[in-house]
This record gives sequence, structure tokens and C-alpha cells, in this order.
Amino acid sequence: MRRPPDIGIAEPGPTPDLARQAWWRRSQAAIRDLWIGGVLLAIVVAFSIGSPYFLTRANWLNTSSTATEVLLLAVGETFVICSGGIDLSVGAVLGFSGTAGAWVMANGFAGAHGAAVAAVSVGFLAAIVAGCAFGLLNGVLVAWAGIPPFVVTLGTLGIATGLGFLLNNGQEISAIPGSVATFGNTNLGGWIPVPVLITAVITIWCGLLLAKTRFGAYTLSIGDAREAVVRAGINDRRVLLRIYLLSGLLAGVASVLVMARLGAGSPSSGATDNLNAIAAVVIGGASLFGGRGTIIGSVIGTGIIAVLVIGLVLINVPSFWQEVTVGAVLIIAVYIDQLRNRKSTRN
Amino acid sequence: MAPPRLAVRDITKHYGGVQALRGVTLHVDAGEVLGLVGDNGAGKSTLAKILSGVTFPTAGQVLLDGQPVSFPNPAAAREAGVTTVYQDLALAAQRDVVANFFLGKEILSGHWLGRRLGWLDTKAMSAHTVAELARLHTRIPDVHVASRDLSGGQRQALAIARAAAWTSKVLLLDEPTSALGVEQQQQVLDLVRRVSGEGIAVLLISHQMPDVLAVCDRVVVLRLGQVAATLAGDKLTSENLVGYITGAKIGG
Repeated sequence: MRRPPDIGIAEPGPTPDLARQAWWRRSQAAIRDLWIGGVLLAIVVAFSIGSPYFLTRANWLNTSSTATEVLLLAVGETFVICSGGIDLSVGAVLGFSGTAGAWVMANGFAGAHGAAVAAVSVGFLAAIVAGCAFGLLNGVLVAWAGIPPFVVTLGTLGIATGLGFLLNNGQEISAIPGSVATFGNTNLGGWIPVPVLITAVITIWCGLLLAKTRFGAYTLSIGDAREAVVRAGINDRRVLLRIYLLSGLLAGVASVLVMARLGAGSPSSGATDNLNAIAAVVIGGASLFGGRGTIIGSVIGTGIIAVLVIGLVLINVPSFWQEVTVGAVLIIAVYIDQLRNRKSTRN
Repeated sequence: MAPPRLAVRDITKHYGGVQALRGVTLHVDAGEVLGLVGDNGAGKSTLAKILSGVTFPTAGQVLLDGQPVSFPNPAAAREAGVTTVYQDLALAAQRDVVANFFLGKEILSGHWLGRRLGWLDTKAMSAHTVAELARLHTRIPDVHVASRDLSGGQRQALAIARAAAWTSKVLLLDEPTSALGVEQQQQVLDLVRRVSGEGIAVLLISHQMPDVLAVCDRVVVLRLGQVAATLAGDKLTSENLVGYITGAKIGG
């Protein structure tokens, strides 16, 4: 048999030299992937110098608990974006789910004063079920009807927003048991708000789900090459359904935490979260074309947005500049990412 | 004598009024490389589609180890032990070699809870991938690089090695060397040889006459939906191949 002289196919096993090169290439890739973490660190340092109020307990409690709602949406959105889709409905679903949960608490259990615990439980459950219902609807329409995710979720964005306003004529529902707000505003050990703890547990769990499980592997592979996944005999539709269901579920959980923080269910509570969640995921290095993304990246992306928003207020920049800054950071992050990618494909 | 691994009997296929296949009969034995050549429109791809479960024959039989089989969909063909490597390779570009190698066949953690959660046993998967690629002498320096960072030859090798690893009986290769440089073509052909050496029946569809001559034990020439000739041994020459493909020669 003729023996090929060069790489591609040759003697079994990599030579030590090639293995070392490979290790080096992977480390470089890991460092490049975490550059955005360096950006977060830099703006934290900058704001700490710029304002004496930045590195304080009060600011930590405030920033971290407001960031939970964007983070939960961003975590779900990470799965969707990694699968090559987009979920524009998460913010609206959050608003609808919270309002629906509060509506159940206020109306379903109006007479039963002794049953506050039951009312709260059923209300929370209703909010989460509402989130899952929208997730399921998105998933079915994307996976089985084959409608592009952008169109499906733009539609459900409108539906969820409208239904949320219809529940109480556009007003927020605040006639819910006071224990809800107590729950949402308790700080464990003075430093860890309950919503932050819950969000942290869910985020770590989802990080492992994406990086270490078969579901996560299929999510990324679908976004990368759906045809390859189908040919490998994987039920791609079921995976997609679960992805959108997870996104809806997390929007429902986020609505519970927002309700608990505000002590009310408001239909407009998620209005600005949508774009922030998507921006967080993309700033965190996920590709809008699918196939690439990490939960840690989305956590850092959420951190950048949260720190920018709070930090600009603390250094007395008019609050309207927040959105301008977040938008600019989003574009710059994606541009840098593209340059990086172009370079790595050329190599 | 044992029946051939894969046999096709009197297969016809009509697309509306067009006759893509008009009664094709051929067979491949275990450990044999059968070339399938022919001009565009000769019926090669139609036959490949039938054997991989993408389309149905209008009439005729497919036999696997002497038993009649039918492939209503690609999954059925795969489960029966017939795997196809398409020209586009079906690799996920941003996923690493291990993820591609095990796509759809992931090894889960042995722990009951891990299994329940779909926890991947990445160590075992990496070790298996390295071992399989090494067994077929496929030199891919690092199984954790994204498949798009491999060379064209390495990508093709990965796709073939993956198919071979999960194939028990028949491997169907659709133009495996068409997009490669000369050297990489040679490497892929060596890999095809090794795969067939493991007792897998290989059906190689190709336009590249030198490749066909280098690697095939026998070659079936299709012309206008029929077998124009089956060439082996002394008869298997470039001149004969071209002659039967173009129709300059008839009756082999």
C-alpha cells in the first residue's frame, strides 16, 4: 500500500509535539473567549474609582436583585440562540406570567384570608405554568409548524403583551399577600437576596445542562448543522420544543422573582428585559447563527449591562444614556467577535 | 456459498415519466470495495438514495445478507447497518471532533442519576474517539478542535471513520474525494481500504477514475439507468471505464 507522506492520515496517535500545539491553541481560544470577563472587571474598577457608592453593600443588593430577571431570561435565551433561533417573547411572557400569577392570588383566593400560603403557592405556580404555556406554544410553532423563530416569537411577544394588559385593564395587580414581598426582599446573611440565590442555583444548573449533558450537546449541534443532527437520527423537533419550553419556564420563574421583589404583578414589568437579555447573551459570546455560546458568557454579559446601568446613575450620567451605552457595547462586542471569528476561520 | 452482503435485484425507479433506473442488479460482498460510476444522469445518485432510505424503488428488491429489506426512511437504513457518507459530510462545523464522532450516539454517565439527566461521559467519549481514529490510522492531532479547523482531508476522514465505527455491514460513500487535493485523496482512499479490510462492504460512488482504479475490487458502470458493464481484474482499466461510461463500448 502506498504510504501518504504528510498529515491527514498517517501513523496512529498524535505526536507529543502536535498534542502540545493543540493544547496551546485551545488555551488561546479559552483566553479569547473570556476577554469579555476582563471588560466586566475593567468597568467594575472604573465605577469603583468614579463613585464612592459603587462598592457598597446597598449597591450590591440592589444591582444583584435587579439583575436576576435579566439573567434568568438570558439563560433561557442562551439555549435558544445556541440552537440558531431567537426568542423575542421572553420579556412579554415575563410580564404576562407575573400578572397572571398575581391575578390568581388576588381573585382566586380573595375570600380565603387564612389561606395566604395556598394563595401564594397557587399564584406562583400559575405564573410558572403561564410561562411554560408560552414556551410550549413557541416550541410547537418553531419545531413542528416550521415557522421561523423570529416570526413566531414576535407574534407571541404581541400576544403575551396584549393578554397581560387585558387581565387588569393595563393596571398592575398589587392586592396580593404581603408575604410575597417579604419573601422577595429577604437577604440571607445580610448579603444574599433570596431571588439572587434562586437565580444562582438555576443558572449553575443550566450552565451544566448546556455544557455537560446530551441536551446541551444537541442544542449546540442543532444550531451548528441541523441537517447533520437530523441525519444522525436525533429527534430535532423534540429538542427544539424543550429549548423553547425551557426559555418560557425561566421567564415564568423570573416573573415570580419580579413579583416577589415588587410585591405586585405588572404587565409591563418585562418590557425592557427582552433586548437586554438578548444583548447579554450576544455580548457573552454566543453566535446569533447558532452553534456557539456558554452560560458563563451570558452571566458576564448580564453583569456588564447591570453594572453599566447602575454605574452610570451613580456617576450622575442622565439615565437615558444607559440604553445608548448598552446598545453601543452590544455592537462593539459583536464586531470584535466577528473579527476574531474571521481570523480563526482563515487559519 | 454465503449470499452477498448487499444485493440489488432488478431495481427500477420512475420519477413521473422519467425512468431513472431501468432494472439494475448488482451486489457487494463483505470486505469488498465496489465502485459505482457513470455519467451525470446515469442513475448513481438515485441508487444511492434508495440504498440510504431517502427514496423508494418503483420495483425491485434490496437484499441484505440474502434477506429482503426495505428502507422507508434513512433511520431504517442505518439501523439495518447501511450507512451513507454524503458529499457535505454532515459535520457540525463549530463542534469538536468528539461531539461529531458521537453525534446521536453519545455515551452517558454510568450513574443512574447521570443517565437520567443525560450527563455525558466525555472522558469515555474522547478515549473512544481517539482509539477509533487511531485504529483506522486517521491522524487528527486533537479530538477537541472544532471540525471546521480540520483540513478537508481530515474532515472527510472523520466522516468516514464515524460512519465506519457505527456501521456493521455496508458503507456508502458519495464522491468522498471530489473536493480534495491529490495527497488528501490518497489518504482518504487508504482509509476506504482499511474500512473494507475490517469486513465492511463499501460502495464507492465517484467521478474520479484514478480513485476508482486505485481502490475498487470491481466497478459497476451505469449508463442511462442500466448496468452497462461490470469490470474487474484485467478488464478494469481507465480506457474501459471511459468507454462504457460514454457508451463508446457496449455489452460487458
